[in-house]
Amino acid sequence: MLSANDLECVRGERRLFSGLNFAMQPGTLLAVRGVNGSGKTSLLRMMCGLLTPAAGTLNWNDREIGKAGEEFRSNLLYLGHLNGLKDELNAAENLRLSLHIAGIAVDEAQAVAALDWSGLRERRHQPCGTLSQGQRRRVALARLKLSQSRPLWILDEPFTALDVASVERTRDLIVDHLAGGGMVALTTHQEVPITAPTTLPIELGA
Amino acid sequence: MNNTSLIDCMTTVIARDLRIALRRRADVMTSLIFFVIAVSLFPLGIGADPVLLRTLGPGVVWVAALLACMLALARLFASDHADGTLEQLVLSPQPLSMLVLAKTAAHWLTTGLPLVIIAPVLGLQFGLDSEALLILIASLLLGTPTLSLIGGIGAALTLGLPGGGALLALLVLPLYIPVLIFGAGAVEATAAALGATAHLSILGALLLGTIVFAPWATALALKIAIE
Amino acid sequence: MSDIRWYKFSSPQTFYPLAGALAPWFGVAAALFAGYGLYISFFLAPTDFQQGEAYRIIFIHVPAAWMSMFLYLIMAGWAAIGLAWHTRLSSMMAVAIAPTGALMTFIALWTGALWGKPMWGAWWVWDARLTSELILLFLYLGFMFLHAAIDDPRRADRAAAVIAIVGAINVPIIYFSVKWWNTLHQGASVSLTRIPTMASTMLWGMLIMSIAFWLYAIAVVLIRVRCVILERERNADWVKQLGADA
Repeated sequence: MLSANDLECVRGERRLFSGLNFAMQPGTLLAVRGVNGSGKTSLLRMMCGLLTPAAGTLNWNDREIGKAGEEFRSNLLYLGHLNGLKDELNAAENLRLSLHIAGIAVDEAQAVAALDWSGLRERRHQPCGTLSQGQRRRVALARLKLSQSRPLWILDEPFTALDVASVERTRDLIVDHLAGGGMVALTTHQEVPITAPTTLPIELGA
Repeated sequence: MNNTSLIDCMTTVIARDLRIALRRRADVMTSLIFFVIAVSLFPLGIGADPVLLRTLGPGVVWVAALLACMLALARLFASDHADGTLEQLVLSPQPLSMLVLAKTAAHWLTTGLPLVIIAPVLGLQFGLDSEALLILIASLLLGTPTLSLIGGIGAALTLGLPGGGALLALLVLPLYIPVLIFGAGAVEATAAALGATAHLSILGALLLGTIVFAPWATALALKIAIE
Repeated sequence: MSDIRWYKFSSPQTFYPLAGALAPWFGVAAALFAGYGLYISFFLAPTDFQQGEAYRIIFIHVPAAWMSMFLYLIMAGWAAIGLAWHTRLSSMMAVAIAPTGALMTFIALWTGALWGKPMWGAWWVWDARLTSELILLFLYLGFMFLHAAIDDPRRADRAAAVIAIVGAINVPIIYFSVKWWNTLHQGASVSLTRIPTMASTMLWGMLIMSIAFWLYAIAVVLIRVRCVILERERNADWVKQLGADA
């Protein structure tokens, strides 16, 4: 489980938030809301260990995430607001390589199945640089389909640029993950109702 | 879905970067062409006296190789930073310093190694004899990986900064000096019939020391850069 | 936990008045030592039989060259402490030391050139020490420019610390490689720091001048670190209070 104690975030000269506390258990959905620039992305990046908090700590199973290092990162899947796709590589290559680097070995068949789920089976040999914004997001989201063994998902605006069918599909996957005892932290502007065993709403900049 | 091992992960990174380089051949060619042009400019600037050229040859080839290596550095992390794959590398369960080492190895294979291969041709332009050419290859083979590794620190520190190119040169070039001295010195020593073993051994020692230290510093710098 | 907080948040605040109180004393002491040191160097120290009066520039050159190297190591040390323990004051010290270090390096180069003209007949000779000083100047400039290029001061502190540490590890390697290079390429036969008969008054003069340079460096760094603290903490309550009182 992931817990935050008295987190504080300072960017440049501005204090975005301070005194933030929460604890995520299996089945917890952490829904982060707030206006632009309220520190939503910063909070998610902090939860991954990409950003050092100005004050406070984040613990994974009672160990600070920096110290839990490898063990923490092998339980984590992070989808940033950048898709993390190489323009020169095709969808299947991108999917396999990024999961490989994240420590999940997938073969060609699994990658194709995940792209099929994303509705991109036909385009899997196309370089990602030639895909549309929404299609690229779907390639990135296909990582989720193959990361169900990772308990903690941290998703920055997962529904951006997606069509209705893709939003539904992604939402179902998130709901399944939560129902199966996973933990999900996400930010979103859209109103996408997600049912979870426990929902922790966090309102930033309020 | 099994977990991947460290070696697995490193070879994946190398294979990925090589594949991308293969699909962006123009990028690889530019630093090579820069190297050839820069070396070819010197005789035009200083005259075509064969004796003078033979004396200056090793130094000129080495300085040009060093500048070509430096120019290629900007590409080491820039595209990974821009498209978000750098975050994935940082969040990999494997230690970032080892992934950095893999990335640098791929970068050297596509930028340093071509310089080593083309260098003897340029050495011929300067009238170096076959023994000196051999030592030139050996010194570049030992020296250019060190340049890539040290350069990685500078590339990581200047990631995403405006005017990063000039700053990168200021940060990295002073650190390149020992490699330059022993690299060009090895060829000069051969030309003077002094033997280059000592120079090459020191280049080897510099490479080993850099392999241990530079990836760690680069990983630290990358984590700072993406905050 | 409370210790770390104290370090993180109140150290610059408590150090600011302390630095303000100490700086003038170091400044006055530096002036006194410099006056005495210059008196020895120009009036008491004998004329060198080989180099004539021109050698007297060593009383400036040698302390400046020493300081340039010491200050780099001290700067890198503070920067490393700041990087490892997130102590903001240490990083500020490193930032405050850098310009003084660069100045010392520049003085060493300048006086070296002035001395080189009568001795070697050229303003610049690729002497091992002078070349190393030149590279050291580049290392200082790299630290300062990198710090200046990054807007966020915390990130700037940490990035500059990395380059300072890498530089500090490289300084001896660069020095020895330049020395090796110099012996192979038949460098200058007379060296600025190799004076054949070092009279004891000369040694005294050099020692006093070195102390003066140390005191000057401390005084200037304390004054500069106060400026850095004020700039960084301008939104802190105690700085606003300071402004209101003034």
